[in-house]
Amino acid sequence: MNHGLILPILIPLFVGCLLLLASGASLRVQRALSLLATLALLPCSLWLLAQADLGSVQTYALGNWPAPFGIVLLLDRLSALMLLLTALLALFALLYALRGDDERGRSFHGLFQFQLLGINGAFLTGDLFNLFVFFEILLIASYALLLHGGGRERVRAGLHYVVLNLLGSAFFLIAVGALYGVSGTLNMADLAVKVAAADADQAPILAAAGLLLLVVFGLKAAFLPLYFWLPRAYASATAPVAALFAIMTKVGLYSILRVYTLIFGSEAGSLANLAQDWLWPLALLTIAIGVLGALSACSLQRLVAYLVVISVGTLLAGLSLGTAEALQAALYYWLHSTWISAALFLLADLVARQRGVKGGDLVQGPALQNPHLLGGLFFFAAIAVAGLPPLSGFLGKLLLLQAVEGQQALWLWPLLLIGGLGTLVALSRAGSTLFWRVGRDQLDSAELDYGRLCACLGLLLLSPLLVLLAAPVLEYLAATVSQLHDLAAYRQTLQAGGGL
Amino acid sequence: MEALYALVLGVLIASGVYLLLRARTFPVVMGLTLISYAVNLFLFAMGRLQSGMPAVIREGGQYTDPLPQALVLTAIVIGFAMTAFVVVLALRSLGEQGNDHVDGEESP
Repeated sequence: MNHGLILPILIPLFVGCLLLLASGASLRVQRALSLLATLALLPCSLWLLAQADLGSVQTYALGNWPAPFGIVLLLDRLSALMLLLTALLALFALLYALRGDDERGRSFHGLFQFQLLGINGAFLTGDLFNLFVFFEILLIASYALLLHGGGRERVRAGLHYVVLNLLGSAFFLIAVGALYGVSGTLNMADLAVKVAAADADQAPILAAAGLLLLVVFGLKAAFLPLYFWLPRAYASATAPVAALFAIMTKVGLYSILRVYTLIFGSEAGSLANLAQDWLWPLALLTIAIGVLGALSACSLQRLVAYLVVISVGTLLAGLSLGTAEALQAALYYWLHSTWISAALFLLADLVARQRGVKGGDLVQGPALQNPHLLGGLFFFAAIAVAGLPPLSGFLGKLLLLQAVEGQQALWLWPLLLIGGLGTLVALSRAGSTLFWRVGRDQLDSAELDYGRLCACLGLLLLSPLLVLLAAPVLEYLAATVSQLHDLAAYRQTLQAGGGL
Repeated sequence: MEALYALVLGVLIASGVYLLLRARTFPVVMGLTLISYAVNLFLFAMGRLQSGMPAVIREGGQYTDPLPQALVLTAIVIGFAMTAFVVVLALRSLGEQGNDHVDGEESP
């Protein structure tokens, strides 16, 4: 058994607890601890990625209880990739926060580590109830992080976010309970076996539970009828927190991908491809609504939040197509959209800091101190996020458009292309207002902080890096997709533990 | 017993949803609490309803499924923490906005 598997959970857990105990210590000590822990996640996730790339699905039985009876952690190519994605994102978000945002409220670093604990745990777990527990951990940390810095707008957005997610948790438990009641197991690989063998009078209950799970994950992933909390919450959060939250919608999408390929996937008998028919129209509508929202956004932060909604719709379209090529394209776009939307949140904050009380509002404001630098970065980020060549957004969208065929292409092609145009219009409108429609006076109060700039730049540069490394990345993603579709490998994790 | 149990769960959930839709923070918190009670009872019932059975497997004897009880215990702890958080947040919201509507402003 590979004990390294549990490291991405243990590191933030221990450091988070340490930070709680050391909450009286100086900010320097807290910062150093938090940075060390987040840095340590990077080699750890790289190593796990190399392990996962060996090809087998690895499990870690907690407490050494064999697979269907105890809780297992599960490492395959997909979860290893998600860990790396999180580690990189968290590092840059933390670097940004270290330059002063962590002083705006108490216990920022402890909460940040607990948030990472929840996210890493959700990506690694192979047990449905354990997934619920990690969801709750990441949610309660995110509630507190969302309110970090205080203020009226944050409290207002926070209340909606908390109440909705508590209701979501109740739904999650109902679904988990129903699945357990019918199948007698909560291990995902074992559930896949039980669901495939379900008889006719069990199938409707399993289907109801499966679709209830879709509602829960949909609330986290923020697609169409369930996204209304997102723009306000993300727009009002502190910049590094909003950047870290870019991974939160992906946790929902990851759970959808995991549950509807493994448990209700192609081999699930009468319940095969349960969610497919729902996801496709919802994905298209989410893209359309996201573009409309972006066009009508009245502040830069809100615009970026709607860009997150668009990326969720695009990814969901890729997932619901279900073919290997589409899934590969979606996963490539997944990496790109997470990093770039996080970078945009940071950039929006850099711009807002030089505009005083006007903040990110898209109205005429004071002149920026560094209009060329910030404008250039905004231009770069806009190209990446709207999907224009030569950056990674273009490559991701191109791959997705190539992967779709037949009737579905008739829907996706125009929507994605016109949606891209709409995004471009919204971004150019925002850019011209922020950088050109300005008064003569500058504010003296806001110097550009180079630490913050570096964090933002680092995230932005991941986009050309993704293009340069496209061949090995796509190769890895192709292997990821074929592993996801080979369910026998997941079933073997049960036999290894002596179960079945 | 099953029918009565199902009825109780239904009433709890219905009351919870009604209170949630009142859109005032205190009823919303009460509604969430009622719903989480109902969910905990539902989880408990998923191990099948049996009375007077031990939750331990013994030689030949009958037993009740211990796993849902463990799940409920976890869910109660998490639910408790969440309720505490939402109560504090509701108080904070009252202080910041000056009213107890979940939107922070009275509807016209």
